[in-house]
Amino acid sequence: MTGETLYPRLEPLLAQIQKPIQYVGGELNAQLKPWESVDVHWALMYPDAYEVGLPNQGLMILYEVLNERPDALAERTYAVWPDLAALMREHGVGQFTVDGHRAVRDFDLLGVSFATELGYTNLLEALDLAGVPIHAVDRDETHPVVVAGGHAAFNPEPVSDFVDCAVLGDGEQAVGDITDVVKAWKAQGRPGGREELLARLARVDGVYVPRFYAVSYGPDGTIAAVARTRDDVPAKVGKRTVMDLDEWPYPKQPLVPLAESVHERMSVEIFRGCTRGCRFCQAGMITRPVRERTITGIGSMVDAGLKATGYEEVGLLSLSSADHSEIGQLAKELADRYEGTNTGLSLPSTRVDAFNVTLANELSRNGRRSGLTFAPEGGSERIRRVINKTVSKEDLVRTVTTAYANGWTQVKLYFMCGLPTETDEDVLEIAELAVEVIRAGREASGRKDIRCTVSIGGFVPKPHTPFQWAAQASAETIDHRLRVLRQAINADRRIGRSIGLRYHDGKPGVIEGLLSRGDRRVGRVIERVWREGGKFDGWSEHFSYDRWTQAAAAELPAFGVDLDWFTTRERTEHEVLPWDHLDSGLDKEWLWEDWQEALSEEEVADCRWTPCYDCGVCPTMGTEIQIGPTGRSLIPLTVV
Amino acid sequence: MARQPEGPPPPPTVQKLRIRYAKRGRLRFASHRDLARALERALRRAQVPMAFSAGFSPHPKISYIGAAPTGAASEAEYLEIGVAIRCDPDAVRAALDAALPDDVAVLEVVEAQEGTGSLAERIDTSVWRVELPGVALADLQPAVEKFLASEVVTVAKRTKNGLKDIDARPAVAGASASGEAGCAILHMVVRQVTPAVRPDDVLAALAAVADLRPPLPPRAVREAQGRLDDTGTVADPLGPDRAARAPVPGEHAAV
Repeated sequence: MTGETLYPRLEPLLAQIQKPIQYVGGELNAQLKPWESVDVHWALMYPDAYEVGLPNQGLMILYEVLNERPDALAERTYAVWPDLAALMREHGVGQFTVDGHRAVRDFDLLGVSFATELGYTNLLEALDLAGVPIHAVDRDETHPVVVAGGHAAFNPEPVSDFVDCAVLGDGEQAVGDITDVVKAWKAQGRPGGREELLARLARVDGVYVPRFYAVSYGPDGTIAAVARTRDDVPAKVGKRTVMDLDEWPYPKQPLVPLAESVHERMSVEIFRGCTRGCRFCQAGMITRPVRERTITGIGSMVDAGLKATGYEEVGLLSLSSADHSEIGQLAKELADRYEGTNTGLSLPSTRVDAFNVTLANELSRNGRRSGLTFAPEGGSERIRRVINKTVSKEDLVRTVTTAYANGWTQVKLYFMCGLPTETDEDVLEIAELAVEVIRAGREASGRKDIRCTVSIGGFVPKPHTPFQWAAQASAETIDHRLRVLRQAINADRRIGRSIGLRYHDGKPGVIEGLLSRGDRRVGRVIERVWREGGKFDGWSEHFSYDRWTQAAAAELPAFGVDLDWFTTRERTEHEVLPWDHLDSGLDKEWLWEDWQEALSEEEVADCRWTPCYDCGVCPTMGTEIQIGPTGRSLIPLTVV
Repeated sequence: MARQPEGPPPPPTVQKLRIRYAKRGRLRFASHRDLARALERALRRAQVPMAFSAGFSPHPKISYIGAAPTGAASEAEYLEIGVAIRCDPDAVRAALDAALPDDVAVLEVVEAQEGTGSLAERIDTSVWRVELPGVALADLQPAVEKFLASEVVTVAKRTKNGLKDIDARPAVAGASASGEAGCAILHMVVRQVTPAVRPDDVLAALAAVADLRPPLPPRAVREAQGRLDDTGTVADPLGPDRAARAPVPGEHAAV
């Protein structure tokens, strides 16, 4: 029988492994429906460890949206750590869902959310553990349809051998359309088998089925053309965009795990999309336009979520939360509502702006005060113009000093290195900044114990951004710049001891770069890495750079390309990029112009406050900016 | 001088409640930290008016008493909470039970009575029941007898600093065997000593003295905790509070 629980066979294995709680399910607000009560069964996977995957908003939203349908159920599955995976193979227990402990093999669909490309090997591991052929062509109609989603799905070409389809953009409505198609096909007795099902899915708005597109290559290794192989599928697949976020107040019942997770708080998405135009930021490019949730919509989600979870902190999420048109009022009125309840409110990292210190003061009024995080991203004013995230050095120092003066003792600053046109001098300015911030901060706060943590990572150029043509900096370049930065920070110990430096070496970024801007030929590399034991590539203790470079050296030369070709090579204007047939709405000519403007250090303004600059998204997708202010306000909650 | 948060200090504890709860089923795989987090959140969802510590990081007043190990179920886990408004213990029991996952059951809540001493002082022993699937009673029985007849049984215990030899015998105040279909059951009364002797350690001791090696992972349940008296009885640690309870005045806050 399908849909049977594997738990009795799993339970003896759980007694022999680390952190068994992550595999037992039963989280607060988890749902479990009878298998036979629905027509369509979805397994939703976050391809990383449970502690990282459980808090993922995207997965939680789709889980609820699908389970609200009377004709569908959704259960969750996460990457299994090697200790349990070995026992599962030994005892013949397949990849399972944590809700019903049902075999992933039994589901109609396996949806996988790729927030990062480093989860690709975990997909192969899960498919193999599930007993599902890792290659899409080897699957028949008894196997689940493997659907990729998430930001990485905007270039699914490297995993096109392994996934059956990819969904571009917001998933809330797309999963419903896919469910309808699968339901109808099953009800009709599965006509035409898997091929017909996939052809029907390829006609769903936002769904890309790689097998119906053929890629040919030129003598120089670049793509000559991407052509569809059936004329009933779209030549170009466009993304999905959910309008009116107030209509989609998900998750309504956020999952609360027993196990510790990376985010011990609930989150409310206060808007989606961003038009600040930071040129490195794929999220900001592919999620346009800005769609705000209203202040009252946010208020009810915070209230319902806190009641449903018992969390003591609420994160107000978005790509740049301080930009919400009602953020000041929202912060004050939420803090008023939760006065005296030990409920903390927080923002993710914000832009460098003194106003954001005021906001943070307000938001942390009732809760614990941890630290404050700003994201200047670029070390020098020049490089900040290149990436279009302009803030002057004076403003930066003034803002951080204000934070210290307001009693914040920990300030974290996010930077990147390896940005286009960057030199050692740009990165060394980070050290000057940090020193100045500590000096001014000690003076303003009268305290010696203030700290500044500089967190810095290597930049990886991403598809659908103006930097998609850029040469990625080599691991050696990144490591060199990090080294000189560390030396500069440590030069004066009296100040340097108040500055923490957190960084990753340049190697994982190179592999992320290969997977981000790779094409179908990179699939062979991913498969070889996985066959040689690669998984959990986002974890430094599991990631092996040598395994990746050796696999690339073994697989890519047959195609006349190599690792550097995909990473440190600058692309030319008219090169066919692997994702050109996948439409984020951004006009490729506009992206190129923006790339040229980056090189000449020209800024572009935000279209929320200045006239449209024709990035192309709204007219192509039939969408529009949705922002307030609404003029509404939050009334105090009734005290029972 | 250390900085103080602005505003008035948090309201004081006006009542202490002692709680017995069970962890069952799949949640036997929850660690103490997992359960502590779940309990804190459940207290918030149940709107129990917790008292908080003062300072920049206020924490709810909760003390946990000796948690069962990860992987072991329990019918007798204890904690004590401080509340800022007097509550009806039965109402707290019902509200907290409803707010916790199904596999965590709040069995009893009593008000701590003045002058009866601390809860921790009333617990020094655990009563365990360990199911051994695939083990015959005929094999367990002699193993237990051999263990009880030994004066010293050294087993290697996994600690943070690697393996360490401990003597598992003195902590075991009593042990016996019974059986069900296809499953022998080990019953034992174990003193809470340092380093702790857990069911796993006693099973390792049975392997050492009688080569008893269960083919499947055993399932341990802590059935009771309390103070072991000279007659070998383990006393209910909430007994003194129950006994000293005065007639209930009608001034309880609703929960």
